Amino acid sequence: MLDLQIRQRLGVFTLDVAFAAEERGVTALFGRSGSGKTSVINAIAGLTRPDEGHIRVGDTVFFDSARRIDVPVEKRRIGYVFQDSRLFPHMTVRSNLEYGLRRVPVAERRIAFGPVVELLGLGHLLDRRPRGLSGGERQRVAFGRALLAQPRLLLMDEPMASLDAARKAEIMPYIERLRDEMNIPIVMVSHALDEVVRLATTMVLIGEGRVRASGPVGTVMGRLDLSAVTGAQHAGAVLHLTVEAHVPEDGLSVLAFDGRRLTVPQIDRPPGSPVRLHINARDVIVALQPLAGVSLRNALAATVIELAEAGPSSADVRLAVGGSFLIARITRAAVRELGLMPGREVVALVKGVAFEPDSGGAVSDRQGRVVDV
Amino acid sequence: MEILTPMETTALLLSLRVAGVAIALGLPLAVLAAWVLGRYSFPGKTLFDGLVHLPLVLPPVVTGYILLVTMGTKGVVGGWLYHTFGIKLIFTAEGASLAVAVTSFPLMVRAIRLSVEAIDGGLEAAARTLGAGPVDRFFTILLPLMAPGLLSGAIVAFAAAMGEFGAVITFVSNIPGKTQTLPLAIYAATQEPGGDAVAARLAAISFTVALLALMLSEFLANRVRRLIGQV
Repeated sequence: MLDLQIRQRLGVFTLDVAFAAEERGVTALFGRSGSGKTSVINAIAGLTRPDEGHIRVGDTVFFDSARRIDVPVEKRRIGYVFQDSRLFPHMTVRSNLEYGLRRVPVAERRIAFGPVVELLGLGHLLDRRPRGLSGGERQRVAFGRALLAQPRLLLMDEPMASLDAARKAEIMPYIERLRDEMNIPIVMVSHALDEVVRLATTMVLIGEGRVRASGPVGTVMGRLDLSAVTGAQHAGAVLHLTVEAHVPEDGLSVLAFDGRRLTVPQIDRPPGSPVRLHINARDVIVALQPLAGVSLRNALAATVIELAEAGPSSADVRLAVGGSFLIARITRAAVRELGLMPGREVVALVKGVAFEPDSGGAVSDRQGRVVDV
Repeated sequence: MEILTPMETTALLLSLRVAGVAIALGLPLAVLAAWVLGRYSFPGKTLFDGLVHLPLVLPPVVTGYILLVTMGTKGVVGGWLYHTFGIKLIFTAEGASLAVAVTSFPLMVRAIRLSVEAIDGGLEAAARTLGAGPVDRFFTILLPLMAPGLLSGAIVAFAAAMGEFGAVITFVSNIPGKTQTLPLAIYAATQEPGGDAVAARLAAISFTVALLALMLSEFLANRVRRLIGQV
């Protein structure tokens, strides 16, 4: 759907990025501040002009330096949700929402006003001015305004960066609904891993103006060589699981993946529903044999795939568990003493998991991390 | 009982008309100049900026003299206007409007430019992504948001235009009923023996009009600010 290859000089470094995004779903451009993420979506929107390359959405070429094509922003019909909302202060919420809609010929309007207002819960705000809205409300209006402009593609520049944790939790479900109910591909810039893990289908890791890795979120997150880009404290893996059963008398739920099971505090999802977990590398312990007499309930047979240094004293171990991956952060002394090397059969003990908040995660601390599973 | 004498009424109405025409004609140009100066950089911008502000620092008599030379019936532009369209500016109320339009122009541009520069450029980028072209953006985003500055600039310039003396008397002379605006009438009164009382009354009228204009400016700007959601 989106096919992009651009080069652009940006002060100290050159942005040199190529990737393609799906017809549906959320592509997250992930990387540190100043890595060039926002420059990529500004180029897609047409707000900045790359030195060379091409940008296509579907059959439409928006930019092609070789063919001297550069469609102006206002003709691209690419929705853009800015970090700071940028609602028009002199208009009501209703007029803001209708601004883009009115500029699209009636015959080309597929997304109607009513359903968008309902999807984003804006009904009670329509006659108000942006000035009186909360940050979360403003962003929801910005989503609606961009959607109603009938975009072929929706860009979001850190849509939650200016919101506190509570507002963020309030806005995330709306982005999920956009992703799941609207047939519009979304490209989202983010430097917050929890957003990416929860919202993205595809992840494009950007560092110093280049694509360091791209692919499904679970695959990219499971790679050891990327912790420098994602930030060392984020190291961890993403598992896709299914709720298998609940054990109400113990207050537990059993989740299954690749024929393995994880037991977690009971979650509020019916059996059969999919759940995504983020398992931090610090919450995985490696043992050579199954342990007896420990309180940990989750022990998974695993194979060491690769090892990488993670710090002066620590190492990351990438483990294959069935077809999925886990990362364990342990000391380099432990690697040596246990004789860990690729191919070695081990037991991975999982002592903590983080749910995406919307998977119905129950008892969790502030980071959404469930302790002592 | 009449409050104003016929002579006072004539001078007041003439002043209002001269200033009104000047602002009506000057305002669109001032908005354009303010927009260009506030939003774009281009070669020669400093020179353009200087030319726009020149009437502010030039002695008004010099402005009037330049107008006399260029816009008089023997001047380059004035001669052309006179012979082609039969338009005569010198010694007419229209000429007085032109003179005060020139001297009050920088006041308008300054006030409007400040409000243009205060508008977040990101809003225009947002409007672009929503499909609005340059003219569309100007009328739906910029113009409403610069309205407070535009209003107060126009009213202050109007008050200043009513009080302009040097440029008017140099260009269109001091003809009662035709070009004799309030300040010119005051000057004429002070030149006549026993004209002090007349001058004092005219000065009081000028004072009242100027004060009312400033208060109106403040009031309207606040109303508009509320209307466009800035307060």
